[in-house]
Amino acid sequence: MIGKIFRNNLTSAILVIILILLAIVFYAAQIGHMEGPVLLQHLVNGISLGSLFALIAIGYTMVYTILSMINFAHSDIFMISLYFAFFSITVFNMPWVLALICVAAATPLVGLLIERLAYRPLRGAPKNSVLISAIGASFLLENAATYLFGGRPKAFPDIPALTRVISVGSVNFQVVSIVIPIITAAILVILINFIHHAKTGVAMRAVAKDYEIARVMGVNVNGIISLTFIIGSVLAAVGGFMWGAKYPGVTPMMGVMPGLKCFVAAVVGGIGDINGAVIGGFILGLGEVLIVALFPGISGYRDAFAFVVLIVILLVRPSGILGSPVAEKV
Amino acid sequence: MLNIEKLTVKYGGITALDSISFNVPEKRIVTLIGANGAGKSTTLRAIAALTKPSGGSVRYQGEDILGLDAQKVVAKGISLVPEGRRVFANLTVMENLRIGAYLRKDEEGIKKDRKWMFEMFPILEKRSWQPAGTLSGGEQQMLAVARALMSRPKLLMMDEPSLGLAPLVVKSIFEIIREINRNGVTILLIEQNANLALKTADIGYVLETGKITLSGAGTELLDDSHVKAAYLGAAKK
Ligand SMILES: Nc1ncnc2c1ncn2[C@@H]1O[C@H](COP(=O)(O)OP(=O)(O)O)[C@@H](O)[C@H]1O
Ligand SMILES: [Mg+2]
Repeated sequence: MIGKIFRNNLTSAILVIILILLAIVFYAAQIGHMEGPVLLQHLVNGISLGSLFALIAIGYTMVYTILSMINFAHSDIFMISLYFAFFSITVFNMPWVLALICVAAATPLVGLLIERLAYRPLRGAPKNSVLISAIGASFLLENAATYLFGGRPKAFPDIPALTRVISVGSVNFQVVSIVIPIITAAILVILINFIHHAKTGVAMRAVAKDYEIARVMGVNVNGIISLTFIIGSVLAAVGGFMWGAKYPGVTPMMGVMPGLKCFVAAVVGGIGDINGAVIGGFILGLGEVLIVALFPGISGYRDAFAFVVLIVILLVRPSGILGSPVAEKV
Repeated sequence: MLNIEKLTVKYGGITALDSISFNVPEKRIVTLIGANGAGKSTTLRAIAALTKPSGGSVRYQGEDILGLDAQKVVAKGISLVPEGRRVFANLTVMENLRIGAYLRKDEEGIKKDRKWMFEMFPILEKRSWQPAGTLSGGEQQMLAVARALMSRPKLLMMDEPSLGLAPLVVKSIFEIIREINRNGVTILLIEQNANLALKTADIGYVLETGKITLSGAGTELLDDSHVKAAYLGAAKK
């Protein structure tokens, strides 16, 4: 029983996150730069950014698990979801919950389309060809968005229910900063249960290991691959919606930096492992927010943090935190 | 039950199978023996729709199944124990069996078959919650057989189940093959271990560089001088 608890990746993931949190809090208290409530506020922001990173990173890691490829267009699917959200609310006047549902339903269509047009025809082709195709799909989406929606930033509509600031004691935070981690946790529980217990989830893991044999067993491999893209896109869409509410401002290139960081998060956590993507997302999100908070002097380098973590992790543990050393797929 | 007619498979310019024909009668054990690279795996892959043949026909229960999707072939009752076992190492033994029964909806029947598997391979029951990658080679082979049987096939195709296993394990695998056959499953067995395969099979075919060169009852081939020289080692009794 105890062995089983420790073998559970999620448990160890949570332990790692708690340890990192404690270390940071302890450190902040030590240097005395920060009072409790302010630190707490930053923690809330960090957890919320970490959750967003986690949501997007899962999409990278799931596609990688199934197809051994990096879906470079994932960051642009995230960007498209923000435009969908923008139009649902401003043009179609949807209430935000309905808009969220519509965005989560529409974005996967883009993910599916890309899989069908850019990746499926190259099934069995050399990995480099697929990689180039992925980069092409990414450029295509970015340029299509620029053409269709213009390059000037659009202001994501204010959603008062999410942007309202609430105060608990002397800690102030936006509702959305609490909503994001809750939604992320709920999605994670559902996703992990699905992958480990539903028949289709088990088939998904089987396809990741050996798609040919999975097919011989009767698994619809293309269906499973499509499903993977759907799940990744839904998560990116939910993340995108919340991102827009928290950081308004939608541009065709806005997916690039978050996408890069989330890809780094997936690698840092151990690509191919959903729990790893979550850990990586939290490390990068929390780390970025807290470093900026603790050392305002270097806040201009906030985007560099993800890559510093990447380099350190790759040096210490090339396969990522949860990745198994034998990561190379045959 | 299975009639292969002039089956030809090419990989690029190489002809791996050159117009081979053979039959697998219902409820029998048929073996295809041959050296490394003779085209044995290619034959099974072509039947299982993993490799596209360039010519010939594959009839199963009177129906042409060539060109069907791999999924449809399993659904018709043909199941494969692949070369090199290829269990899903990241899945538990239970989950491997679940994937084996992927197309089935009869939960009761699946449960019953799983019980049968655990009677036939008690070690799998002990390991049921272990990832398949942690099993020994012999255990993985048993799992590969059990997984294939979970689809409740009428025809079980096995690709070198004895490869790389200790002699004692090989012996028990062949006993299992007979037992599965006694339960009414037709078997197409591919082997390099010609001696055991021919002793186990009712009918044998010899495959040499993509062509069938000899056929006959298993015991008959055991006595054939060419088979003796080429596959059994001249010194064998
Ligand atoms: N995917 C492939 N591409 C090219 N040639 C192949 C491929 N698979 C098998 N071959 C060739 O086809 C021939 C038959 O292979 P195979 O059916 O695996 O033989 P066996 O199972 O009897 O050892 C061999 O010459 C092998 O090199
Ligand atoms: Mg072979």
